Formats: sequence, structure tokens, C-alpha cells
Amino acid sequence: MSDNGPVQVRCPVLNVRRVDAYYAITVVAPGIAERFRSGQFVSVSVGGDHSSTLLRRPFAIHDVKPDYGGTVEFLFSVRGTGTAWLAERRSRDLLDVVGPLGRPFPLPRDPVNCVLVGGGSGSAPLFPLAQSLRRRGCRVDFVLGAASADRVFSAITARRVAETAVFTTDDGSFGTRGRVTDVLGRVIEEARSDVVYACGPMPMLRAVTAVAGTHGIPVQVSVEETMACGTGICMTCVVPVVGDDGITRMVRSCVDGPVFRGEQVRFDDVGSIPFDALGAPGWKGSSAARAAESARDIA
Amino acid sequence: MNADLRTRLGGLDLPNPVVTAAGCAGAGRELAQFFDVAQIGAVTTKSVMLEPHAGRPAPRMAETPSGMLSTTGMQGPGVDVFLQRDLPWLLSRGGRAIVSIAGAGVGEFGELARRVSDAEGVSAIEVNLSCANHADPAGRYFADDPAQAAAVVQTVRSHARSDLPVLAKLSADVPDVVDLAGACVAARADGLTMINTVRGMAVDSRTLRPAVAGGMGGLSGPALRPIAVGCVYRVHEALPDVPIIGVGGVRTGADVIEFMAAGASAVAVGTVNFSDPSACARVLREFTEALDARGIARARDLVGAAHRPGTGV
Ligand SMILES: Cc1cc2nc3c(=O)[nH]c(=O)nc-3n(C[C@H](O)[C@H](O)[C@H](O)COP(=O)(O)OP(=O)(O)OC[C@H]3O[C@@H](n4cnc5c(N)ncnc54)[C@H](O)[C@@H]3O)c2cc1C
Ligand SMILES: Cc1cc2nc3c(=O)[nH]c(=O)nc-3n(C[C@H](O)[C@H](O)[C@H](O)COP(=O)(O)O)c2cc1C
Ligand code: FES
Repeated sequence: MSDNGPVQVRCPVLNVRRVDAYYAITVVAPGIAERFRSGQFVSVSVGGDHSSTLLRRPFAIHDVKPDYGGTVEFLFSVRGTGTAWLAERRSRDLLDVVGPLGRPFPLPRDPVNCVLVGGGSGSAPLFPLAQSLRRRGCRVDFVLGAASADRVFSAITARRVAETAVFTTDDGSFGTRGRVTDVLGRVIEEARSDVVYACGPMPMLRAVTAVAGTHGIPVQVSVEETMACGTGICMTCVVPVVGDDGITRMVRSCVDGPVFRGEQVRFDDVGSIPFDALGAPGWKGSSAARAAESARDIA
Repeated sequence: MNADLRTRLGGLDLPNPVVTAAGCAGAGRELAQFFDVAQIGAVTTKSVMLEPHAGRPAPRMAETPSGMLSTTGMQGPGVDVFLQRDLPWLLSRGGRAIVSIAGAGVGEFGELARRVSDAEGVSAIEVNLSCANHADPAGRYFADDPAQAAAVVQTVRSHARSDLPVLAKLSADVPDVVDLAGACVAARADGLTMINTVRGMAVDSRTLRPAVAGGMGGLSGPALRPIAVGCVYRVHEALPDVPIIGVGGVRTGADVIEFMAAGASAVAVGTVNFSDPSACARVLREFTEALDARGIARARDLVGAAHRPGTGV
């Protein structure tokens, strides 16, 4: 219905392949490809039209290409019923895909130094981001971490597109043993980074935000919260986020995110309703807060 | 042939019987990216409370077989913001608005009914009787007790503009849904919406913890449909003149036929909007095609067909 909003399409699978410990599916979806900006995701129906697995599965868009009119690739690991079903798709199967969803990573206006931090499959959206940043003349450095060597996604590509790429694994089977945050400070200093972009599990995002804070640079994080709709109508995907006006709101990570400024996400309060959040039990909103709320436009 | 899709809910005329379920379509704005919201019968807006509410903590959702459990806890901006921001948007797109209200107590329901009546362009008020009754320390629902439910409906009816239809939304989690329906109608509800989610739980077999924060959640989706159809059937049998919006697991045009045959005059699409953002438009199209294929000239002739022998095809 609109030119830049998401579309729902039944798209043919071009191919399904293994990439390290992951599966990559490429679908032909010109409408999604042409609207896509890095950081956005797709949601995919699993199990067929009358499946008992009702809800879509969200996946970050890993790549779009102009081939075949516009293809979209996403990457996943098998976690449960839905991803197991997806892993069995073959070329020419049809997938019902909605996208692109969510707010993209904001891009700097000027060429600055950017460090991109990914954990496990959270690395996927950082690759198109790296390309966009490079096109703007930004320096890009990668820090990728995972549990083990086979879960560090696309180390070769990271080395190719970035100025430097540092890897960490929990078991030490690849790169440095430890966490991404163990090496991030050093990378920020050596690369003279101006901004951090991060995607991965919530505890990682929290730790990365803390490191960026000690270096006094901003951080953009892409969060992962369970989502029933991905389109902003179910209110199941909320996280506590402080607005520019200083008011904490429970915002929808699917449409108000998944990308937020790290400092604005109240990581300590994820999974709870902070007492001072707008509309929390006992909340006594000022008239200014109410006015701000009604002026605020929803996505 | 093109079937006449018009339907009537008490004083409310709708161009067709497909509407959205409260809390499963926002105020129509997000779904409008996928289809024209003026095309469907009406948008039932998410239950609005008097004050802003932050809702329940995450995780708020767990998938279950053919359904989901949710605990959003009425998160919303409060009635003022809804009336200033969300309702005008829906009306500007030519959408018809059934405004769902949820009061923390009986008095709040009255206040909400008054404010919503003062707003222009509202088609009907739906009374959500399944929000926790704050006066009750056990957090029971108004719908749990027919007398309480009736008190709410009566308050809403007396505060709402007299020409605005008031629909009572019932829960199936009660000893007898017919008793509850009867109490609401006696309190001058113009119609009934049934059903709301049913209380349920899922335990994560890995963490051995409840899958949604707070333990219990509301079950919705196709898993619920036989329960909902059963409620509609029984209530239509007992109160054949009372219009009903059937809700619970509607996924296809055939499901609309099922609900209407059981006694519903309109049918709401809920959880399936999450899995298929075009669902309302698709369901309406499938329903229309099914009527044409069977040579049924008027959708409203279906209402209650399951109660009459020999009307099937
Ligand atoms: C914005 C976003 C982007 C994502 N991008 C990727 C990606 O690029 N690659 C990738 O491998 N994974 C990604 N995930 C996680 C991915 O959605 C889950 O792994 C997937 O939904 C699991 O589905 P399942 O049927 O195999 O698991 P099940 O456990 O059977 O799923 C049951 C339900 O829980 C939900 N769920 C389960 N795990 C998660 C999770 N980690 N996050 C959110 N919901 C979950 C499912 O969507 C489903 O509704 C992303 C999640 C979000 C929110
Ligand atoms: C996430 C979610 C939020 C809901 N919010 C409301 C609400 O605000 N008011 C209400 O009356 N019902 C609410 N419902 C119940 C639905 O309107 C509907 O009655 C129920 O989900 C059954 O229909 P379905 O199976 O088609 O979803 C909600 C349901 C879900 C899943
Ligand atoms: S997933 Fe439904 S509002 Fe975000």
C-alpha cells in the first residue's frame, strides 16, 4: 500500500546453503530488496498455510543483490521447529516473507571510523552495514565473537571488507579466547573509532554499550526480543527505552527498533517494567509527559 | 454474481462482516500498510484505559500448537492520546471504529464510555470484561461474575451516547457463558463479542520455568476456535435476537462461514493478523468467493444456519 513500508510476498527460494554452522537462504523478492536498508529484518512463515506453527520467524537481512530482479538473503541456525523446517527448503519452494521490517541503522553523515561488533548470528546484519559505511568513505573494523570457531560467521568476508577484523570465541577454538568486550576497547583505541554498531544477545549488547561509554563514543545496538507480529500491532516485543525527552517508555522493538542507541536501552530493566516507565504501576505522569505522548507519532 | 455482504449488529450497519479483534490490529495504522482498512467491516481498536499503562514485563509471548499465549497487560497510551492521535487517523482513512474500552473499576468504565461518546465518528463501543478487576485482590475478571459484568455494562450503557451500540465482550473462562450473556443483555448490551483469550500456561521444558512472565497467559489463535464456535452456538440458541461478533482463531473465509452459521452476525480476526498482515482482506475475499461459489445471495442469511436443519449445501 505504500512505497517504502514493508510488503508481504510469496517468493521463490533461489538456494539454501550451509555457511559455517548456519544456513543461508536466498529468495527472489524485488520489492523487499529495493526497500531494504541495513539493520532491517524479514519475518518468514514456517510450516505451510495450515501449519500449527502459527507465528512468523524474524531474521536479519544479510544481503540483497540486484540479480534476478532483486534477491534477499538471510542466515539462520536451527533452533527449533521453524528453523528446522526452513533448513529443509529447496530451490523453487515458495516462502511467505514480510519485509523489510524495523528501523535501519542510522548512517553517519561524514566519513568516520566505525567498529562493528557481532555475536553469533548477530553478525548477519553487519555485513550490508559495512558495505553502506564503506560507500560513505567510513573506516570499518570488525569484532566478531561466538561460542566456537564454526559459529563465527563469515570471518573471510569480514577480513575482506574491513580495515581490521578481530575474532573471539568462548572456547578459544578461533581467534582470542574470551568475549568481544575483552578486545573491543583495544580496537576502539587503535582504530580511533568514532562509533560502535552492535548486534547480538542482550547481555553482549549491554557489555558493548558499557565499553563504548567508557570510551565516550556512541553505540547503536540491534536488539532481539521475541516477536509475535513484527509489524507493531501485538505489543509483545517491548523493551524499556529512555526517549530524548528523558521519559522511559516500553517501546516495540519491531517497529521502534530493532536498532536503538545503546545508552537509551535500559538493559538492567529488560524483562521488567521500570517503576518510572510511562504508565508503570503508580506512575504519575506530568502534563508535559502526556502532551509529549500525544504529539509523538507512531511508526 | 456478487453476494450482498452487508450485516447488522443492533443499530450498527456494516458493509461486510469481517472486523478486527481488539488488541490484534492496533488502531489499523500498521495493517494499512498491507490493505485498505476502509474495505473491511470495522476495526476494533485495542482496549483503551483511562490512564497510560506500561503493561506486563517480557517475555510476553510464547507460541503454542496452533496458537499463542500472551500477556501484554493492556499496554497503551490512555484514552486522551487514543482520541487525539489514533482514532482520527483511522477515521481519516475511511475506517469504521469499534472502540474497545477497559476500565480498572466500574466507575472508570463509565468515564471511558462518556469520553468515547463525546468523540466524533465512533461506530460502537466494545466493553472488555476480561481485564483484571482492580477492586478484587485476586485479580479476577469482571466476566468471572455475571453480576459484576452486568454492573459494568449497565454503567457503560448509561454513560454512552444513546445511539451508540454497546457490545459486551465475553470470556469463555466462566461456569456458564449463557448466564454471562444473559446478564449482559439484561443490563442492556446491544450485542455480544465472544470470545476473549482463555487462560493457559506453557512451561519451557529446558528452563523448567513458565514461558511467559507472570506464569499464566491468554491463549489465542486457531486452537481456540472450537471453544469460540461452541459459545456462539449456545448463546445464539438461548438469545437468538442478540447480535454476536464471533472471535477466536479465524484464519480463512470458511471460518467466517462457520461462525456465522453458529449464530454470529460478524466475525473478528485476531491472532492471525500477526502471522498474516493481509489476513483481514484475504479472509474477506475468501468469504465472498465462498458465498458466490455456493450461490448464497446474502451473507446475513447464513446467521444461525447451523441451528436450522437442512440449510447446508
Ligand atoms: C529482529 C530479529 C532478528 C533475528 N535475526 C536472526 C538471524 O539473522 N539469524 C538467526 O539465526 N536468528 C535470528 N533471530 C532469532 C530467530 O528469530 C530465532 O532463532 C527463530 O525465531 C527460532 O525459531 P524456531 O522455530 O527454530 O524456534 P522455536 O523455539 O520453535 O520458536 C518458538 C517461538 O519463539 C520465537 N523465538 C525463538 N527463539 C527466538 C529468538 N532468539 N529471538 C526471537 N524470537 C525467538 C520464535 O520466533 C517462535 O515464535 C532474530 C530474532 C529477531 C527478533
Ligand atoms: C496480543 C493480544 C492482545 C489482545 N488485546 C486485547 C484487548 O486489548 N482487548 C480485548 O478485548 N481483547 C484482546 N485480545 C483478545 C482478542 O481480541 C481475541 O478475543 C482473542 O485473541 C481470540 O481471537 P483470536 O484467536 O482470533 O486471536 C488480545 C489478544 C491478543 C493475542
Ligand atoms: S512483534 Fe508485535 S508489536 Fe513488535
